[in-house]
Amino acid sequence: MEPIIRLQDLRFEYLSFEGEEIAALNGVTLDIQKGEFVAIIGHNGSGKSTLAKHLNALLRPSSGVVWIKGMDTRDEDKLWEIRQTAGMVFQNPDNQLVATVVEEDVAFGPENLGLPPEEIRKRVDEALKVVGMQEYAQAAPHYLSGGQKQRVAIAGILAMKPEIIVLDEPTAMLDPVGRHEVMETIKYLNKHEGITVVHITHYMEEAVDADRVIVMEQGKIVLQGTPRQVFSQVKVLKEIGLDVPQVTELAYRLKAEGLDIPLDVLKVEEMVDAICRL
Amino acid sequence: MIRDITIGQFFPGQSIIHKLDPRVKIALTFAFIVIIFFAKTYVGYGLIFAYIAFAVWLSQVPVRYILRGLKPLLFIIVLTFLINVFFTPGSKVLFRIWAFKFTQEGLNQGIFMTLRLVLLVVGTSLLTLTTSPISLTDGIERLLQPLQVIRFPAHELAMMMTIALRFIPTLLEETDKIMKAQMARGADFESGNLFQRAKALVPLLVPLFISAFRRADELAMAMESRCYRGGQNRTRMKILKTTRRDYLAVAVTLLLIAGILLDSYVL
Ligand SMILES: Nc1ncnc2c1ncn2[C@@H]1O[C@H](COP(=O)(O)OP(=O)(O)OP(=O)(O)O)[C@@H](O)[C@H]1O
Ligand SMILES: [Mg+2]
Repeated sequence: MEPIIRLQDLRFEYLSFEGEEIAALNGVTLDIQKGEFVAIIGHNGSGKSTLAKHLNALLRPSSGVVWIKGMDTRDEDKLWEIRQTAGMVFQNPDNQLVATVVEEDVAFGPENLGLPPEEIRKRVDEALKVVGMQEYAQAAPHYLSGGQKQRVAIAGILAMKPEIIVLDEPTAMLDPVGRHEVMETIKYLNKHEGITVVHITHYMEEAVDADRVIVMEQGKIVLQGTPRQVFSQVKVLKEIGLDVPQVTELAYRLKAEGLDIPLDVLKVEEMVDAICRL
Repeated sequence: MIRDITIGQFFPGQSIIHKLDPRVKIALTFAFIVIIFFAKTYVGYGLIFAYIAFAVWLSQVPVRYILRGLKPLLFIIVLTFLINVFFTPGSKVLFRIWAFKFTQEGLNQGIFMTLRLVLLVVGTSLLTLTTSPISLTDGIERLLQPLQVIRFPAHELAMMMTIALRFIPTLLEETDKIMKAQMARGADFESGNLFQRAKALVPLLVPLFISAFRRADELAMAMESRCYRGGQNRTRMKILKTTRRDYLAVAVTLLLIAGILLDSYVL
């Protein structure tokens, strides 16, 4: 099947104030299938956000091609269809809500699409229900917690009926409760609504449940595979200065001490099993 | 807490005045302001007073809320009264104090000007007290829409108002945070003369501005990614509908206008 996201040798340079070119992406080639849950991890400045912005045509490649559902992002005529197909959630929940009332904010996207009012109403109610925020439909955003604001932002994207949601560190500014809320929402969307998810994160624990983990470094993909494959490469990850989930780290150290523990442990339960089997 | 501050002075309620279409309310408030300046007799002002008193009564907004709007203007109102009383030329001298003449015309003029100011404030307060900022913005946008043919940026104006309303609480909260952070490092915002205090604000304003620009940048990006492309092709979830009560309000206001014009210019 045709992948829903295709990147072909994507390169991108920012222009600094001094007119210098700063290379942010150095040839990324990547296919993502419909319905996949992909986590992207990597250092500060490794090009994750730049990559994310290409999926939504907020940035266009300096060279190489990005296809979203077969649409080339350089094609001006397809711009709005691409943005509707691939919705984007950003890090700071405060800086992406536009309206003074939750339901008005969720309606913002569909309103931009020029949908009839009844259709917008229906979509807004549905989207708020999916993220569990329907009780807050009339609330003002600044009264909500970070996690709730982020769920409203997700609802705002859902109301546009996207096939892909790209989330750029949506949990970075949240407390553990908010993070949990948001993660559950994202997983639900992927499992039950069949939405393709590209989730950028600094928290390794959040990448564990993905179908595929992609590790970026200096504008390139340096490692990818299932979470088990990726996180068992503790040494490689450490070399580029990344953490692994805490249990994996523990397994790595126990193994180094000579205990017979598999290196691809990702969850606490698996660790318990492994230790009991010793 | 700082985020509890409300913008404007909306007094939530379910009265017939609250439920009027915001477009109608704004238009009627304008008509009201204009007609205030057409009234020329005590009877005329009596009519206007009765009209606004009736509206206030219907709105169920406590009178003290309405009068609160007058407080900051008290000085200007008194000053206007005095200036008009003493400097209106007139012949029917009631009495003199030193070089000042106190005439019947002056007295009338003073009272009328005072009434105009008071009615003006009461009328506009009633509008903002009974209309939430969102419906006010909505109403303004749709009233100004016809002006878009002469390229008046009605949609942009309304969008700016909405974003301002959305971000004022966020920025206030942030100001509070920065202020506390600077105070913890020994900054002093409360003592010293005006110049010193203004200077103390610099370390507050600089981070606030930087953050506001960053927010603006991110918000623009988020709006664009949600397919925002200005007003064209855009629909709205909520459609404003005029109902019977709106026509009723218009009819009553038309009656008032007719009454004032008759009273001042025909009789
Ligand atoms: N607007 C910009 N102008 C110039 N250079 C930029 C701009 N945005 C990012 N860069 C540079 O591009 C590179 C990649 O940045 P990017 O934001 O994509 O990284 P990231 O992986 O998202 O990092 P983080 O984890 O901090 O979010 C960095 O070297 C960064 O300094
Ligand atoms: Mg980033």
